[in-house]
Amino acid sequence: MVTKKARVIVNLRPDILDVQGQTIQASLQSLGFTDIKSLRVGKIIEIEMSEPVDAQTLKRIEKMSRDVLANPIIEDFTVETI
Amino acid sequence: MSVAVIRFSGSNCDRDTVYVYENLLKVSCSLVWQDEEKLPPSVKAVVLPGGFSFGDYLRAGAIAAHRPIIKAVKQFVDAGGPVLGICNGFQILCESQILPGALLPNNLGRFVCANVALEVSGGGQGILRSYAKDEKIVLPIAHHDGRYFATQEQLLRLKSDDLIALRYHQKDENGRAAINGSVDAIAGIFGGPNRNVLGLMPHPERRSELVLGGVEGLRMLQAMVL
Repeated sequence: MVTKKARVIVNLRPDILDVQGQTIQASLQSLGFTDIKSLRVGKIIEIEMSEPVDAQTLKRIEKMSRDVLANPIIEDFTVETI
Repeated sequence: MSVAVIRFSGSNCDRDTVYVYENLLKVSCSLVWQDEEKLPPSVKAVVLPGGFSFGDYLRAGAIAAHRPIIKAVKQFVDAGGPVLGICNGFQILCESQILPGALLPNNLGRFVCANVALEVSGGGQGILRSYAKDEKIVLPIAHHDGRYFATQEQLLRLKSDDLIALRYHQKDENGRAAINGSVDAIAGIFGGPNRNVLGLMPHPERRSELVLGGVEGLRMLQAMVL
């Protein structure tokens, strides 16, 4: 399938304290959702390219993810076409 | 001799810093816009001010770190020029990899605005040479993303190379800063080839005149131009 769209998912690395996630988890638990074991918040960045996403374009999206969208010291990312 | 204060979209205390240099230290100081590709030739020191550049979108400092002026700042750093990054300026220095590590949201989950006690761990060196080692000072902080984090490797290097410049005095049971969770209570670090870069979360320009409650901040701003 030819697609021009990609999705970058950025998450805090597992060893980094996620304050936002903790706050949301505590709030949900106070509303009765007491069976939550853990909750972490990430970002979804959807990108539409001007041309179909081929292997080379995918590499460029990975580069922009590594250089700008995610900070490798604190975050992991995945790229997928959509 | 002149000082350049880099202005980004969403900088703050940029004019306060110009005021300190021009009015208190009697040194020529100008604002340089983020999209300039070069620093003015007369510049002998650079300050990246505080603020919330680009609305802290993506991550604090992440977008500012890719503006054209940063390349010029990197060259200035490599040539040994003094660079001070205050608050958002520290975040920008980390995001541009001029300094190691990263700044995350405070572990208490809220913005903190307070005068905090600090230890000048890097006293006697570089931009902090006019402070005694481990001297206790008070400086104001005002940030949401001040939790300094570094990988184990980066942290070991900061310690072995004696690059930790400032620490928060109040620590939790794990040795982290009580106010924001910074690893090893780090409030500021040195970098550059010759400790010529200092990044710190506190705002020295906000404590540079007695009417503001103290002058502890003035000495580091002054050391930039001595």
